[in-house]
Amino acid sequence: MATTAVPAERGAPELATPRSPRRRTKPGAAKARSNFELYAWVFMRISGLLLFFLVLGHLFIMNVLDGGVQRVNFGFVAGRWASPFWRTWDLVMLLLAELHGTNGLRTVINDYAERAQTRFWLKMLLYTSAFLVVTLGTLVIFTFDPDL
Amino acid sequence: MWSWVAHRITGVLVFFFLFAHVLDTALVRVSPSSYNEVIEVYKSPIVNLLEVGLVAAVLFHALNGIRIILIDFWESGPKYQKQMLYIELVLFVVLLVPAAYRMLLHTAETLFGSAT
Ligand code: HEM
Repeated sequence: MATTAVPAERGAPELATPRSPRRRTKPGAAKARSNFELYAWVFMRISGLLLFFLVLGHLFIMNVLDGGVQRVNFGFVAGRWASPFWRTWDLVMLLLAELHGTNGLRTVINDYAERAQTRFWLKMLLYTSAFLVVTLGTLVIFTFDPDL
Repeated sequence: MWSWVAHRITGVLVFFFLFAHVLDTALVRVSPSSYNEVIEVYKSPIVNLLEVGLVAAVLFHALNGIRIILIDFWESGPKYQKQMLYIELVLFVVLLVPAAYRMLLHTAETLFGSAT
C-alpha cells in the first residue's frame, strides 16, 4: 500500500516513496506488524499512575491507619465491602495490579529465559496464574456474603 | 542502574505477594473463621516485620515508577533524573519510617510489654 508502483510497462524498479513506513514483513505475508509492545508500554505507565494512589492508599488504610492489621477480621471486611466505593476500589486495584504485574513479569521472562521453549512455558504458567487470580478475586468481590 | 535492578526485584516480589494475598482474602468466601485464622498470621510478630518489608518494597517501586514516568513524559525529566532519584529516596525514608513505626508498635508492645 505504501509503495507507489511505477507503471509496469516502463520497466523501472519498484521504489518506495521516501518516508514510507519500513516494512518488517515481506509484502503479502499473512502477519502484519502490530503495535502491541507500544500499547503495553503505555499501559504500564497509565496503570502505574493509578496504582500509585490505589495501592499506597490501600496499604495506608489496612496497615497504618487506626490499629493497622490488628483490627482486620471478617467483620472489618464486611463493613468495608458494604460500600460500593470500596468494592470498586478493590476491584479496579486487583485488575490493574494483576495486569501490570503480569506484563512486567512477561518482560522479565523475555529478558532472562534464553530458550524459546522455556520462555513459552514460563509465560503459559504466568498467564494461567493471572487468569486464576483475576477470576477468583473478581468472584470474591462480587459474591461476598456478610452473613456467611 | 541499581535503581532499575531494585525496581525489577520489588516488582516481582510484590507480584508474588499479590498472588498469595488474593488467595488468603478469598477465604472470606469460605468462612469467617478460616479468614480470621489466616489474618492472625499477619498479626504475628515475624510476619508483621515481613509486612513492613513488603510496604517498603511497594513504596520504593511506586516512587521509582513515578520517576520513570516523569523521565519518559516530562520534557526535562531526563535532565533531572538524578535529582529526582534523591527526592525519591528522601520521600522513601520520610514516608517509611513513620509507617513502620505505626505498624510495629503493637508487635513491640506485645513482645516487650508496655505500661498498658
Ligand atoms: C504502586 C504504584 C506502581 C507504579 C507507579 C508502578 C510503575 C511501574 C513502571 C513505570 C514500570 C516500568 C515499565 C517499563 O519499564 O516499561 C513498572 C514495572 C513493573 N511493575 Fe510496577 N508500578 C506500580 C505497582 C506495581 C505492582 C502493585 C506490581 C505487582 C503486582 C508491579 C509490578 C511490576 C513489574 C513486575 C514490573 C516489571 C519490572 C521490569 O521490567 O524491570 N508494579 N512499574
